[in-house]
Amino acid sequence: MLLIECPWCGPRDEIEFVCGGQAGVSYPPDPFALDDDEWGHYLFVRDNPAGPLAEQWCHTAGCRSWFIVERDTLTQHVLATRKLPEAGEEL
Amino acid sequence: MSRRLAQGGLINRARPLRFVVDGQEYTGFEGDTLASAMLGAGVQRVGDSIRHGRPRGIFGARWEEPNAMVRLLAPLREPMVPATVVDLVDGLEAVTLSGRGVLAPSPRDRRDAVHAHAETLVIGAGQAGLAAAERAAGAGQRVILVDDRATPGGAIPSPDAADRVAALAGREHVTVLPRTAVIGLYDDGYAIAIERRDTGHAGAEVRRVWRIRAASIVIATGTIDRPYAFDNNDLPGIMLLGAAHEYLARAAVLVADAPVISTAHDGSYETVDALARAGARLPAVVDARDEVSSDARSVCDRHSIPLKLGTVITSAHGDRRVEAVSTSDGDRLPCDGVLLSAARAPQAALASHVGIPLAYERAVAALVPDGETDRVRVIGSAAGEGLPEAAELWCAPDAEHAYVDLSRDSTVADIDVALDAGLRSVEHIKRFTTIGTGPDQGRTSGLLAAGIVAERLGRPVGDVGVPRSRPPVIPVSFADLAGRRTGDLADPVRRTALHSRHVERGAIFEDVGQWKRPRYFPRGGEAMGEAVRRECIAARTDVAMMDASTLGIIEVTGPDAGPFLDRMYTNRLSTLGIGRVRYTMMCGLDGMVTDDGTVMCIDDEHFRVSTTTGGAAAVLDAMELWLQTEWPELRVHLTSTTDHWATIALVGPRSRDVLQTLTPDTDLSAAAFEFMRWRRAQVAGIDAVVSRVSFSGELAFEIHVPWWAAARVWDALAEHDVTPYGTETMHVLRAEKGFVIVGQDTDGTVTPIDLGYGWIVSNKKGDFIGKRSLARPDTRRPDRPQLVGLLTEPPALLDEGAALVDADGSLLGHVTSSYDSAAVGRPIALALVRGGHARMGATVTAPTDGVSCRIVDPVFYDPEGRRRDG
Repeated sequence: MLLIECPWCGPRDEIEFVCGGQAGVSYPPDPFALDDDEWGHYLFVRDNPAGPLAEQWCHTAGCRSWFIVERDTLTQHVLATRKLPEAGEEL
Repeated sequence: MSRRLAQGGLINRARPLRFVVDGQEYTGFEGDTLASAMLGAGVQRVGDSIRHGRPRGIFGARWEEPNAMVRLLAPLREPMVPATVVDLVDGLEAVTLSGRGVLAPSPRDRRDAVHAHAETLVIGAGQAGLAAAERAAGAGQRVILVDDRATPGGAIPSPDAADRVAALAGREHVTVLPRTAVIGLYDDGYAIAIERRDTGHAGAEVRRVWRIRAASIVIATGTIDRPYAFDNNDLPGIMLLGAAHEYLARAAVLVADAPVISTAHDGSYETVDALARAGARLPAVVDARDEVSSDARSVCDRHSIPLKLGTVITSAHGDRRVEAVSTSDGDRLPCDGVLLSAARAPQAALASHVGIPLAYERAVAALVPDGETDRVRVIGSAAGEGLPEAAELWCAPDAEHAYVDLSRDSTVADIDVALDAGLRSVEHIKRFTTIGTGPDQGRTSGLLAAGIVAERLGRPVGDVGVPRSRPPVIPVSFADLAGRRTGDLADPVRRTALHSRHVERGAIFEDVGQWKRPRYFPRGGEAMGEAVRRECIAARTDVAMMDASTLGIIEVTGPDAGPFLDRMYTNRLSTLGIGRVRYTMMCGLDGMVTDDGTVMCIDDEHFRVSTTTGGAAAVLDAMELWLQTEWPELRVHLTSTTDHWATIALVGPRSRDVLQTLTPDTDLSAAAFEFMRWRRAQVAGIDAVVSRVSFSGELAFEIHVPWWAAARVWDALAEHDVTPYGTETMHVLRAEKGFVIVGQDTDGTVTPIDLGYGWIVSNKKGDFIGKRSLARPDTRRPDRPQLVGLLTEPPALLDEGAALVDADGSLLGHVTSSYDSAAVGRPIALALVRGGHARMGATVTAPTDGVSCRIVDPVFYDPEGRRRDG
């Protein structure tokens, strides 16, 4: 049971959250500019490092906010959490 | 033979307790475990072994016990538990278990759970744990001190242990939990412990699960003794040396009058001294080492005990209990017990749960935790502190019928078979021999097996490895973990505002997610088929109503609400216009249908979206995800109002007449109130939102009112002889029209085009979720599974899920929906069939039913849509 620091609500048990997979996989500005391979890559291929990985999580049983969780997939340690960037900010 | 001493121990001789084992009544004392009470009464023998049916006796003193499994009959009922951890209470009844256990009847005793937080959790109230708890409490921390035994101090309590724990318990912020076993350590300082309250708190909860989050966890769980293997080492009377010492110190029980002691380290001689002082006449101490310390030698000299150096036991002898042992020097020693300690074994399995490795240390012949984590550390003897140096002693020479795992009846010969089969990894050998998989979790067998394997292979023990421990470290009953969350409390139940009306009508309910929905409303002993047929006929020829309140409702508001919905859904919604309703579908990024529903345009900045009953939460999550992560610039707010509204679907040719009677101020005629429009109206005096949508193809109205007014509107409708119907009739009515149920006719691999719903996918508007994927080669394949109708010939009702094959027997798809239809006059079915849209008129077979089916258009009823305006 991970202890996850929601940037809005503070540290809460893992069961209050859902994991939405790798963060920073941005929706392409024009999906139709991608060929089928490129689009398939965007759809289905994600990083799978043995180590730190930035993920997006949602505090579904709390404030419903999505935010970033830096998690080490080897040690299962949550290294850091942070709010999503505001419009125009870099991730 | 074991017996109770007249003095000593921690038992209360003023409180004798009667108990029954296998029908025989005995007497023990307050402070006994069931095992110590049995030993005190001279009962060593327990149930026969699980596979070989050999006689067995009590072997350990706590959770390492492999033999003494009992079923408790009173006062608590437990299917299987070691007698060594059961605190004796008056009137306790148990039977010893042979072979396999039997499940308990459904538990009747109450259990509950506590969530607790602490700066420091200390596991074990022995010397090291007590000191750690005192230190943390002295620093002002919140401390939880758990200990598995009923009284603190570890196996051999020091005289001040009870007073020190009492002082701790008196402090604010300190929680002391005796009779509590930590079953596992998890991430970020999370621990789960089970408190056994059946003795101390009669009449209340018998078990309590503690879910503890601690900033720091201290493991102070001490050591047990490790045995070694020799022939017939499973005879009753053979026991761990440390267990014998614990029975003596705590319960004043001498487990044997003349036990042979076999060891390979100096730590055993303190126990030799204690046993001899208590009156045991030891035939010999058998020590595998060639030299012992002078202290050890002086213990033997003082009590005139023969000391056999460089010697091990090679075989035990006896009929149903040990009567003698043979030793490697050719001697034969009569005895009435054998007490074993080849080495001390730190009990640090909990540490390995959080990734602290257990490393083999040759000098002490034991596994010792290596390191700590940011939250968890091991202290005291569990960490290897003060362990006596030991010779490596695993197995007597030429042993064959020597048991390694008493709990599993696995022998040295079993290990040899595994090695002969080519297995080398200890994890593989564990699975092959089942060593370490018993309820004792391999406490006395895991490292022993690794040592024997290493010895056989001529490799260091550290190289062959040891099986890793995983939670739970003790057997846990499901009833304990479930706590009060059984029966009605197993899962939250959601009931609509009209639930009591449905109960009064005798509805048969079904679970849809957490909702209770009426499935049908039988009258006068009707079976489901008869009731559904009657309800369907009412909806098609008269008027009927359904409680549709479980559909998810999301208010989408803000200046960008329209453009936002255009991106989320497949068709264009921003141009809908106030007063209109549109049916819509949602896809995933992969183009597969995830949900469907209707959208009402309330005003330019307010849309009311309905979702499927089961999909409401997921749709809201998906909308939030896109709004927050990809489109933060959109000014949109989402509010779930599912529970605020009650929705009644009024269906049938007479629905307009009935509703008009209750809605005198609003013209409901087809000309004034067109299909796919909504308007505000007073229904039975209640401010309502009425829409003309139809999931049946009939003239129909959906009436939305605040939940508190639902019963009033429902009752007013009922006065007009409106037939209530449930989900089963709703399914039949929609299938007759070829309308899909997302999740029944789709399974996450179906696009809107596969369903024949291409009209709902807008090519004119901009991008929407899933659009690009609908142009992928795979989603454009002509042979994708596509939705079709099926008519069986001759008419027969297909099984939902039935496979469909062509004339060659090749699999083409499966039936997704199947009903007997009164309106069509025969059974109908929907199916996903490979390339189905191009197979109209073809014949397929459902081989499980042996039925031929003709592929037809999925719209079976009123394909021209003439009935929707009444």
